[in-house]
Amino acid sequence: MGGLNYTILDTAKLSTAELYGKTLCDLAEEHPEVVGLTADLAKSTKIGVLGEKYPERLINVGIAEQNLLGAAAGMALNGMVPFVSTFAVFMTMRALDQVHTDICYQNLNVKMIATHGGLSFGQAGTTHHCTEDISIMRSMANCKVIIPADGMETANAVQAAYETPGPVYIRINRGFDQKVYDNTEYGYELGKAVQMHEGTDLTIIACGSAVWSAREAAKVLESVDGVKARVLNMHTIKPIDREAILKAVHDTRRIITVEDHNVIGGLGSAVAEVMAESGKACAFKRLGVPDTFSIIGLHEDLMSHYGYDVNGILASARELMGADFEEDDDWDDEI
Amino acid sequence: MPLQKEEYLRLEQKARDLRKLIINTVVWAGSGHVGGSLSAIDMLTLLYHKYMNIDVANPEWEDRDRFILSKGHIGVGFAPVLADKGFFPMEWLETFNHTHSQLGMHLDKNKVPGLDASSGSLGHGLPLAFGLAMSARLKKQNFRTFCLIGDGESNEGSNWEAAMAIAHYKLTSVIPIIDRNNCMMDGRTEEVMGLEPLDKKWEAFGFRVINVKDGNDLNQLSDALETAMDSEDKPSVIIMQTKKGCGVAHITDDYRYHYAGFDGEKQEQCMREIDEYHDQRIGAEV
Ligand SMILES: Cc1ncc(C[n+]2csc(CCOP(=O)(O)OP(=O)(O)O)c2C)c(N)n1
Repeated sequence: MGGLNYTILDTAKLSTAELYGKTLCDLAEEHPEVVGLTADLAKSTKIGVLGEKYPERLINVGIAEQNLLGAAAGMALNGMVPFVSTFAVFMTMRALDQVHTDICYQNLNVKMIATHGGLSFGQAGTTHHCTEDISIMRSMANCKVIIPADGMETANAVQAAYETPGPVYIRINRGFDQKVYDNTEYGYELGKAVQMHEGTDLTIIACGSAVWSAREAAKVLESVDGVKARVLNMHTIKPIDREAILKAVHDTRRIITVEDHNVIGGLGSAVAEVMAESGKACAFKRLGVPDTFSIIGLHEDLMSHYGYDVNGILASARELMGADFEEDDDWDDEI
Repeated sequence: MPLQKEEYLRLEQKARDLRKLIINTVVWAGSGHVGGSLSAIDMLTLLYHKYMNIDVANPEWEDRDRFILSKGHIGVGFAPVLADKGFFPMEWLETFNHTHSQLGMHLDKNKVPGLDASSGSLGHGLPLAFGLAMSARLKKQNFRTFCLIGDGESNEGSNWEAAMAIAHYKLTSVIPIIDRNNCMMDGRTEEVMGLEPLDKKWEAFGFRVINVKDGNDLNQLSDALETAMDSEDKPSVIIMQTKKGCGVAHITDDYRYHYAGFDGEKQEQCMREIDEYHDQRIGAEV
């Protein structure tokens, strides 16, 4: 990627959002049309570092998310490239009409970088959880949707968002993520899944914090069960990598999707759509939040509670490996 | 009617106890929104220990007064009030923020007895209060709805949409209370997003504005509540000038203590400072 090469040495101490802030500052240095906007969350979302470097280029609108997204659209109408940051729940729900009508409908060049995604702000409860955004944002025409797996991927995604004209939504977590990539040099390309583990027995397709868990689960499956699981990091939910999904259907015939999101409408649904339309049979399981408002707790605890941490993935993988779907031609007893 | 001395002393003691309970709850939780809890606790003390018509034994009583915590991030300050009042066991506070707890950073109506509405996303409270008051009018109920709103929170347009409607329908049973501690998350309110003249804004929206010079003074707050509750021709709003972190000297009026944690030593310091603060208050009042 042009001009971007973060190594583990200078970034080990940075949280995912801090890597976003750093990337944004680098972009701003090169491109005077880059500006930042936030709604009293400069510190929490880490967009604040832009203001430390260029005070006049970070606009804090106060606690007013509708104005925030509307103002970003206004600036984009005049040729600027606004990066907007607030918590995912407020970006995609409080200000959704502005996102829909002002930004996506007009196909404006606004980059929406939302933090505290999924259940990453677990203790804060439902008002601060965001397990609906992938579903919402991927149904916005014109909008690209990216869920990076960790800090390095966030740096790549933010750079790619700048290079891609039109609205882009990136969802990252609060705080630190488990490290998936040591640096930014692993061939990130918007819209192209990254294979993390080779396998032909089943495929685990994951995004965001689930990528790390999926890769760990694949290691266990290989060493303990002798099962070879392919792991795909599907960082871009839209446009989805159809080719990688169809190849997985063809090669492995078993697919598990894992996401820090409601099982309805997110990554699992996006994969299911591609699969169903292909007409090819495939054993399939979606892991994520089971269509409920989550209990409160630490992010790790919640992922475990709802069965999409490493252990949850292992259990589902074993179940799927034991399914006799290929031999079972008798549908009468199942309908 | 001004507070009688005995009653004043009882309430001041309650506020002191609740301040300490808040600090303990922050410690049990690991960290919490302590600044905005301490600025509002004197008003919460008066509402729950003098003015609100509620029945702890019957938390869902239809005709009870309602309280909407629109600045929902101070769950860590409000849960102690409800626990101390007897709505649920005090031990729950020790699990605050823990996985599977009934009590999280932003309180959930379906899990917390005595809580009239879930909150945490700012700018939701006043529209809820408007709806409650409207329904009370239609059902011929007489309850009041108090709604505590942050000054930073007042940036949200939804507050003003509701204010317009409350004045339009002359819903005097709604009493918005603005916690004017001059701080929000990224800094001081007038630096991040200026609100002044805040009283003129509310006046222009059709409200009688009751300014409380010291919003941590129980006597002044009590006068303000009585004036607001007597208002018949148009709705009243209370703007109380408070201090963020009030009662804990080393964090008072400092926006960086919007959210904080305390180790054992700091916890002790908080307790000492709370005692000094309330001793001083009592000394000045009686
Ligand atoms: C809609 C929404 N936007 C942002 C936040 C994040 N947030 C929580 S508290 C806070 C600052 C609140 O300031 P204020 O209303 O003045 O409260 P106080 O200082 O009294 O604690 C912010 C921005 C939120 N909870 N809801």
